[in-house]
Amino acid sequence: MKIMYFAWMREHTNCAEEHLAKPDNVQTVADLVTHLRQKSPGHDKALSNMEVVRVAVNLTYCPLDTPVTDQDEVAFFPPVTGG
Amino acid sequence: MTVRVQTEDFDMAAEYRQLSTAPQGEIPGAVVTFTGLVRDLYQDKTIHAMTLEHYPGMTEKELNRIYDEAMARWPITKATIIHRVGRLLAGEQIVFVGCASPHREAAFEACHFIMDFLKTDAPFWKAEETDAGISWVDARDTDQTALKKWQK
Repeated sequence: MKIMYFAWMREHTNCAEEHLAKPDNVQTVADLVTHLRQKSPGHDKALSNMEVVRVAVNLTYCPLDTPVTDQDEVAFFPPVTGG
Repeated sequence: MTVRVQTEDFDMAAEYRQLSTAPQGEIPGAVVTFTGLVRDLYQDKTIHAMTLEHYPGMTEKELNRIYDEAMARWPITKATIIHRVGRLLAGEQIVFVGCASPHREAAFEACHFIMDFLKTDAPFWKAEETDAGISWVDARDTDQTALKKWQK
């Protein structure tokens, strides 16, 4: 699966995107967050408060209980500030 | 319908002409446009520039979704949404929304609606440059509150 980070989240994770094979114990976005937080202290910090993080699976906003597959693109980003 | 995400500036007059031009019998009675600029002062801080980042692919998808929603609610004959990305100096144009319609109310409301949802749903992020350095802009609660007026 492809994981993407934007804005200040990318600065914490130190990467804009990464690819990983979906671990067997990851069924939902929430499971994925738990898995990713173990990757580095920066990942842990970026994903520590999911109340302020927005999630998109395959370019569509999704809640944390959304199922994920190995083919999905999952993006994590802060509340948007365009316009 | 035009959705563009671009680094280069846009020409208001050209965009207006495109919206107002139509074959005989289809000329819109109203064109409403909104242009957003990079402010030079915000909460006592002098802003030198903003750098805008976005999520390519999702941005266009969200803007098209917002446009479709506006089309379902108002009789819009044409609409244009342009958002710039990259580094923009204070005073530069950042966003354009224009709507053409047979009626002014529809054009005003659709333009306002698109801008309100763009602020809360389109995946853009601003980093501002002040004397203190560069920092990411926080989302504002007032942008969420602004959506309430569109609840049916």
